[in-house]
Amino acid sequence: MKSRPLPTDPKILQLIRRAGAAQVARRSVLAGAGAGAAALALAACGSGSSAKPVAATDKSESDKTLTWANWAAYIDEDDAGAYPTLVAFTEETGIEVNYDVAVDDNNTYYGKVKDQLALGKEIGADLVCLTDWMVSRWIRFGYTQKLDHSNIPNLANLTPSLVDVDFDPGREYSVPWQGGFAGVCWNTEKVPGGITSVDDLWDPALKGRVGVLSEMRDTIGLLMLQNGVDISGDWGDEDFTAANDVFAKQVDDGQVRNIKGNSYLEDLKNEDTLAAICWSGDITVLNAEAGDKWQFALPSAGGTLWNDNFLVPIGSPRKANAEALINYYYEPEVAAEVAAWVNFITPVEGAKEAAMAIDPELAENQLIFPNAETLAQAHVFRALTGAEEQKYNAEFQSVLLGA
Amino acid sequence: MAFAAFATQAAPVEAAPRRRSRMALFLLLPGILYLVLFFLTPLISLLLTSLQAPREFGDIGQYDYAFNWQNYVTVIDDYLPHILRSFGYALAATVFALLFSYPLAYFIGVKARRWPLLQSLMLVLVIAPFFISFLLRTLAWKQILSDESVVITSLKALSLLAPDAHFTGTPVAVIFGLTYNFIPFMTLPLYSALERLDTRYLEAGSDLYAGPFTVFRKVTVPLSMPGIVAGTLLTFIPAAGDYINASRDFLGGPDTQMMGNVIEANFLVLLNYPAAAALSIILMAVILIMVSIYVKRSGTEDLL
Repeated sequence: MKSRPLPTDPKILQLIRRAGAAQVARRSVLAGAGAGAAALALAACGSGSSAKPVAATDKSESDKTLTWANWAAYIDEDDAGAYPTLVAFTEETGIEVNYDVAVDDNNTYYGKVKDQLALGKEIGADLVCLTDWMVSRWIRFGYTQKLDHSNIPNLANLTPSLVDVDFDPGREYSVPWQGGFAGVCWNTEKVPGGITSVDDLWDPALKGRVGVLSEMRDTIGLLMLQNGVDISGDWGDEDFTAANDVFAKQVDDGQVRNIKGNSYLEDLKNEDTLAAICWSGDITVLNAEAGDKWQFALPSAGGTLWNDNFLVPIGSPRKANAEALINYYYEPEVAAEVAAWVNFITPVEGAKEAAMAIDPELAENQLIFPNAETLAQAHVFRALTGAEEQKYNAEFQSVLLGA
Repeated sequence: MAFAAFATQAAPVEAAPRRRSRMALFLLLPGILYLVLFFLTPLISLLLTSLQAPREFGDIGQYDYAFNWQNYVTVIDDYLPHILRSFGYALAATVFALLFSYPLAYFIGVKARRWPLLQSLMLVLVIAPFFISFLLRTLAWKQILSDESVVITSLKALSLLAPDAHFTGTPVAVIFGLTYNFIPFMTLPLYSALERLDTRYLEAGSDLYAGPFTVFRKVTVPLSMPGIVAGTLLTFIPAAGDYINASRDFLGGPDTQMMGNVIEANFLVLLNYPAAAALSIILMAVILIMVSIYVKRSGTEDLL
């Protein structure tokens, strides 16, 4: 590592310090001498320090605002486009919430904010909802603030099975927002026989009409379960590769039509795909939107269970406000109201009973309020280490990118 | 004419006074600053990123500055099919766009001269797709050409397509999408070259006993060459780097992924920033080399 004399200009010096915090030292000097010529000198060298960013000082007392970055259609919404539960929260606490539909993919959102996170800067959100594996990465990198459980007394309502998750034992940094299953779904008009296992998707009659998800843990998770692997347990490279090989073969053979994220619903709608690996809540919404002709099921070998979790980014100075909001959404009545709208699984105990009062049929829906029997069929993909994540992602992506 | 911006016949420019003027420098400053800030700096940053090496014992996505030129070897080794595919698709799309646009531009620019209203109307029609987002137009094609759509089912009923054939997710769909999306970029420069075509040359050609094809080959094509070069460049360059049409979310499938998609996957999912940066540099370098050879050989250097 080479060190160079620092320039004297205070502005440039400050820039260097900032850049240095991101393990990047960058110097750009603009020399404007001569006939309009500009020279750019840029020296860079890694500054090795992998120190984690430091949490911002909390200003919640004086600043009663909060920005919440979340996914689309992931909170109750009325016809006027307002969010009834959030309006009630503001009335109750005086905290103004800016609900920002800023997340449409874990990876793109991460790509957008990672540099600010590494510097410990604000990312334009005080509360973010991201999926388990992405949360695991944020916690590993020190990008989240430790939550003060005394500010979230309602956390006692958290479903017991979600308290000691492997990426955050005791839920010190993250709290579940909503969850869901990945399983199989099919077009009941075109596939009247239905789909009961992942192997049914490889039926020659469905050649070229099968969709799978680009979310590695769901697609490979289901395939591993089909191979008899306990995805929450202590599996290794061979188990992953075996499942990935099945996946690669079905893609190569043209059995699988396409591999998609959220847009897989379009393919189901226009019938490019007749059966697919799907997320539970989506099918309820799709049926309501485009005619009742799709059905979702957990495959016989089991499906995956994932959660999106609240996080307070490291640079946010409004942690106490965020904790107040988490606490609010852990009231069973509020949770039931949200569940009735978004159709995903609520992690709040007592929400089912509260939902009984609103809509008994809803409370019986196994995809929103699963009972112990249903939950026993769903498995959580264990947390991966950084090295594993890198390796498995590369294997999975090589199928997605083809040769 | 508004399309004079595409003017291709270089007018002789008077030599600017050689005197160094502070005013000129001052006027250049914003442009230069802009280029330095938003072009040169990112480019250097990209180059440095492409040479990074993984941090020792680092987590996913953690890299340090180094001089790890092997990154280039690795990405070429891993993604050669995608690199070749990108240029293959871009070339195919450029050829198809040229074949489609030339008659169109010829009609608007030459045949429709007698009816200025028709001429303007047709030009508006060429530009009209720009009023709708590129993404939406591509998504619309995906719907129009889906398996159960009228188009595909009728083609199957007429036995023009095999019963189990698909359109979306195939190379044909991607090349179709690229061609469609870049046709205006081909048509407009061609039009502005053909619009100024002096038809008396064509008359002279036939007076000298040249057949229509010979006149076209010996007179029309050479005179519209600047338009052809400009149009093919405007189509080929963005098409080679395009990642929307080939994306699995739009018209592509797992076996149609182009360089742009590989760069996206490396950057967003694999967090392999050096590989993404190296691929971007390769894409830029290859395009630059191909374009300079092309421009040199077609004898239109003064265009650049």
